[in-house]
Amino acid sequence: MEVKILSARFDIDNAHRIDVARTHGAYRALDKLFAMAPAEVIEEVKASGLRGRGGAGFPTGMKWGFLPKDTGKPVYLAVNSDESEPATFKDRYILVRDPHALIEGIIICCWAIGCHDCYIYIRGEYTSQVKILQAAIDEAYGAGYLGARVAGRDFRLDVTVHRGAGAYVCGEETALLESIEGKKGQPRSKPPFPAVVGLFGCPTIINNVQSIASLPYIIANGAAAYRAYGTEKSCGTHLFGISGHVERPGMYELPLGLPLLEVLENVAGGVWKGRKLKGVIPGGSSTPVLTPAEAATVTLDYESMAAHKTMFGSGGIVVLDETVDMVRLVENLIAFYHHESCGQCTPCREGLGWMLKIVRKLLAGEGTVADIDLLRELCDNIEMKTVCVLSAACTMPVRSYLEKFRDEFEAYALDGGSPQPEQREG
Amino acid sequence: MRDRSQLQAAGQPFTFDAERNDEFERLCTRYPIRESMIMPALWLAQEQQGWISAEVIEYIAERLDTYPAKVYELATFYTMYHLRPVGTYHICVCRTLSCYLRDKQEIVDFITDEIGIKPGQVSEDGRFSLEEVECLGHCGTAPVVQINGEFHEEMNVEKLKAVLAHLD
Repeated sequence: MEVKILSARFDIDNAHRIDVARTHGAYRALDKLFAMAPAEVIEEVKASGLRGRGGAGFPTGMKWGFLPKDTGKPVYLAVNSDESEPATFKDRYILVRDPHALIEGIIICCWAIGCHDCYIYIRGEYTSQVKILQAAIDEAYGAGYLGARVAGRDFRLDVTVHRGAGAYVCGEETALLESIEGKKGQPRSKPPFPAVVGLFGCPTIINNVQSIASLPYIIANGAAAYRAYGTEKSCGTHLFGISGHVERPGMYELPLGLPLLEVLENVAGGVWKGRKLKGVIPGGSSTPVLTPAEAATVTLDYESMAAHKTMFGSGGIVVLDETVDMVRLVENLIAFYHHESCGQCTPCREGLGWMLKIVRKLLAGEGTVADIDLLRELCDNIEMKTVCVLSAACTMPVRSYLEKFRDEFEAYALDGGSPQPEQREG
Repeated sequence: MRDRSQLQAAGQPFTFDAERNDEFERLCTRYPIRESMIMPALWLAQEQQGWISAEVIEYIAERLDTYPAKVYELATFYTMYHLRPVGTYHICVCRTLSCYLRDKQEIVDFITDEIGIKPGQVSEDGRFSLEEVECLGHCGTAPVVQINGEFHEEMNVEKLKAVLAHLD
């Protein structure tokens, strides 16, 4: 089931070094790239069907096309490497195992959009990863792929790594821009959209690491080769991070459109310890949970996930076995989003705190059924009433747990404890 | 909300050493506005001193021709800047989803029992500090512990004992 496009060099020793990466094909797309006009590159990326791999799935080529022409201002590229959502760890593999794919992709993107200054915003927690990435960038400068004349052409490109410092909200594109500008990572109201007013007030494209690292294959092999993988609307391959209660957790590259349960069984080894499946979080912690029955019919693509009222998200799949106490799990999730709220919007700053208090009240055996209903009501009152979607990233999944596993919340409310025998003993 | 430490004074002036000063000057050429340098400067200072003191805040503000309050604003918003000294070995245990599912609590409990510190505390001898942090991005090899920036994956109590035994 696995394919090796993005991950082609992942298993090659020292592929993070430029000499090894070049031996195995890195930077070969550049000759073809510079023979193309920027508009042709954008059309090729549009034709590939590549959608943003950060979670939202917006068509990448179309996003580039939103840049206004001839504003007289510089155009910036911000590469979003702030993957911070629980269960999401795919970009890390690119940063560490094949950073030159990212750098080559940056050159392709910057040529297409007329950008000469790129910033890679990398999460602060990626301490060893940032060193590997910076070393690769330094090598690329040394080899003439970055700097005053990229690959000998009359094209300047500088790439700067900007380290975050532990704020999940900076993965939101406008918070990311604020952070690069030396401010607290508080999201901006949109419009204006970053393509028009972005970094330093200039037109800016923000793309995820995986989106950018997908570009060398598309340019080198053509859009049709990329579209040969995946489905009609969900094209290509994706890095799926599988974690939780499976026998073989890890990162796997797969074409889009495969049945979820087949992937879990055949690729990740199935539910661990011979236990039964209780639920699947399909695309990072912010995506609504799937029951085993739903998981049996969903496929790994944007459309199927939407049809099942959840989201493809980041492709970070979490398997939950039969022993999971869903109320405790929800407490863990809300605590994360509450901690990471930037504090700008009252519904998020205060509301997530109230949600956490209610769940902890239930866990303490002091809650009532009315508290469960209040929790649901809070979800409805917080969602879409804030500048960014951080609060919705909490309320959407919480609502799904309340709907699909309400009996567990009621067990705490009516019986004062977990429906899971292990949890009670503990 | 986040547990915020009060800004402490180190009691002595701060200046970048030669290596970090060169890096500071190099990075300054990469941004069209000076304030973009606040976060990189805080990182350089923390690498050098181990934490962000009141003197660091003053020094960075002066170097970037901005207000100390502006630097402090960022030092307090971002959770990875330490506003007070941490242990020689700063142990971060991921508390979030996949690590939670794969028994991160055993690790936290072991550190508390063995070293005698709870999350947010520094051991009396200053050797260890413990922090429970949000997702470290190693969900496929959960649970994960990060000690002075180095990741230790698929952790359990036995493995952690071995790691701690090999520290200086």
